[in-house]
Amino acid sequence: MSLLSVRDLSLAIHGTPILKDVSFDVAPGEVFGLVGESGSGKSMTALACMGLLPNGSKVGGQAMLGDQNLLALPERRLRDLRGREIGMIFQEPMTALNPMQTIGDQVAETLVIHGVARRTEALKVAREKLDRVGLGAARFPLTRYPHELSGGQRQRVCIAMAVALQPKLLIADEPTTALDVTTQAQILDLLRGLVDEAGMALMLITHDLAVVAGIAQHVAVMQSGEIVEAAETEALFRKRAHPYTRALFAASEHAPERTGHPQIADTVLEVERVVRDYALPRKHLFAAPGHVRAVDGVSLRVGRGESVGLVGESGCGKSTLTRAILGLERLQGGRIALDDIPIEAPHVAPGTRRRMQVVFQDPYGSFNPRHRVARLVAEPFHLMGRVEDADARVEGALEAVGLQASDKERFIHEFSGGQRQRIAIARALITRPDLIVLDEAVSALDVRVRAQILDLLAQLQGEYGLSYLFISHDLGVVRRVTDRVMVMQAGKIVEEGQTERVFSYPEHPYTKALIAATPRIPESWHEEARSNGVG
Amino acid sequence: MRWPVSLILGLALSGVFVAAALLSFFWTPHDHETMAIADRMLRPGEGHLLGTDHFGRDILSMIMVGARTSIAVAIVAVGIGIVVGVPLGLLAAANRGGLVDEVVMRGNDLVFAFPSLVIAILITAVFGPSAVNAIIAIGIFNIPVFARVARGAALPLWTLDYVMAARVAGKGKLRISVEHILTNIANILIVQGTIQFSLGILAEAALSYVGLGAQPPTPSWGRMLADSQTMIALAPHMAVFPGLAIVFTVLGLNLVGDGLRDILDPRLRRAR
Repeated sequence: MSLLSVRDLSLAIHGTPILKDVSFDVAPGEVFGLVGESGSGKSMTALACMGLLPNGSKVGGQAMLGDQNLLALPERRLRDLRGREIGMIFQEPMTALNPMQTIGDQVAETLVIHGVARRTEALKVAREKLDRVGLGAARFPLTRYPHELSGGQRQRVCIAMAVALQPKLLIADEPTTALDVTTQAQILDLLRGLVDEAGMALMLITHDLAVVAGIAQHVAVMQSGEIVEAAETEALFRKRAHPYTRALFAASEHAPERTGHPQIADTVLEVERVVRDYALPRKHLFAAPGHVRAVDGVSLRVGRGESVGLVGESGCGKSTLTRAILGLERLQGGRIALDDIPIEAPHVAPGTRRRMQVVFQDPYGSFNPRHRVARLVAEPFHLMGRVEDADARVEGALEAVGLQASDKERFIHEFSGGQRQRIAIARALITRPDLIVLDEAVSALDVRVRAQILDLLAQLQGEYGLSYLFISHDLGVVRRVTDRVMVMQAGKIVEEGQTERVFSYPEHPYTKALIAATPRIPESWHEEARSNGVG
Repeated sequence: MRWPVSLILGLALSGVFVAAALLSFFWTPHDHETMAIADRMLRPGEGHLLGTDHFGRDILSMIMVGARTSIAVAIVAVGIGIVVGVPLGLLAAANRGGLVDEVVMRGNDLVFAFPSLVIAILITAVFGPSAVNAIIAIGIFNIPVFARVARGAALPLWTLDYVMAARVAGKGKLRISVEHILTNIANILIVQGTIQFSLGILAEAALSYVGLGAQPPTPSWGRMLADSQTMIALAPHMAVFPGLAIVFTVLGLNLVGDGLRDILDPRLRRAR
């Protein structure tokens, strides 16, 4: 007996088809995983079930919750169902809460709106729910505001809100994508526990195959608005019947082939005992301003043609360190040198700057939307004075990253995320640097696009003898593309070594915790797929 | 893309007055300075479309010539605000959190702290009433408005990756401000400009009303109102027409500002 039964769900928005013949069942007490790349329609499927589709939507088929067809209900009835029968959690805990309301009021609101309880009783229930999601009364009174909480804690508040009325179905749309791995593991545990004890069904939407592997009983894989494969999780992971499923797995495990020969003895970048403090506001007029040490005595070196990984969770200081290496942060101690030329912010000689470039995470924020590609890619020429063959070099760089020379006349909004990241790489290549800092450069990309970009990076490394400093929170990717890796925690590097050694035999407790928290697909599931010749 | 109704309506309304101002250089129904005491306070109708004032001057002609004053004063005042205020705002944003930012913004607060009309009256009272002094007084109060808007819009841009990329490309604060920041806040400044423009017209009318704007015989909407107030029972048309001119111009410019914002702000564009 299924709780939610979706049959032949189709959706078009302003005439553009989004979903086609989507059918699946979610049983009470089970976790149902919906996997796919961005734009595959997985979020739209969830919104259709909640009746929260954007204007101009036309839906067909049915979504039965018990004996009610969610697609045919009037808004008034749907409003009654949302929160009471179906709860929802969103990806971005930073914006999912109202910053002007206390967490207690926000959790209680669900109860009050549905007329289940008056405010005082509702606050009592809110207290219980917050306790349940691990926000105890001692540290998290109901009067706390969202800005006083971390991302993981806010996501817990969102969960408490979603389960306040004990809905039968909880829809979680990428609930852990914005969180660090250790936090992700805790949130997944919490969701798992809620499902087990309340008999609630959980529909988990994610792009991450490994997350689903650890939690879901059934999985459906979506591509361009259709479910291409659906089965019991282990069976699906072992069989990988559909070519798209196979492509997804291959891409998520893809290790690019390295062609270069790193000359590790030849140091390109050297960072020695670097310290970066930030001043905190004075507590009162005559108090000395406090300090927070973002980077605390970090040393590292990158050899020619080498890929060095730097991993750590948000707030560990890796972004500050990146900016310091790029000569954008004044240091309070230590020294950074590129080929023995010291880098001292804020005035770095153009000739030195030219030799290191950067690729950022967000393919959408990395470019001035008002400039054409030619101007965007040519920006670092500023460091080189007049460049005679500027046009030819822009075209060359675009071709080197797999785009066309004619693309230089276009604007950035005409490109997809993956293409934009290629343009960002072209911009970094244009000055023929020795070192490229990749600051979460592939984190925002879908797995298949990510695999292509990683291949491109490996190929360019071989061609130009580039060194990469690969900064990421994604341990899986770092493991596959780097020679050495450093683990950073609270401004310090706690462990470093050959990548394989660090990942296989971690020594520091923090490294061990990080690796343990990383979701992974059980090795035995891979073996069968490989022996079937599809892995 | 369809233009929002407010933009079309606003352009039409304010366009009428701009056209009237331009036309007044070549032709007005009567000479706006010619007095004809015998014809004073004529009701609107035959010969004088909008009637005459207490000196027998043609009100339509005076409104047309007065539009010139109002628009010129407002344009120059907004120009002063943009030319001085925007660079200050960009400078503050480029040095956010630093001493320069603090000095610029506290200076802004200082100007903001005084009621603008009172200070404008002070300035014109000290330097003598004239259109030029009115322009300067109104312009000074446009500076902090544009400085704040520019700084506020520029601050979030400074944290974006493309600004970081420009810094990695060795570009300095000035160059980034012009190349990357200004181009991306221009739409906000244009919208603010139209709204300040309408406020400028209001401020000019207010200064003229108290006799500190353009001096007679140059006609001005504000002074036409002031002249009419003692005769409002005898000749209401003397107050109504310049009053309507002010209302429709300001309304039109505000609608243009709203409409431009709808078009230029990508966030609103998506919502529509």
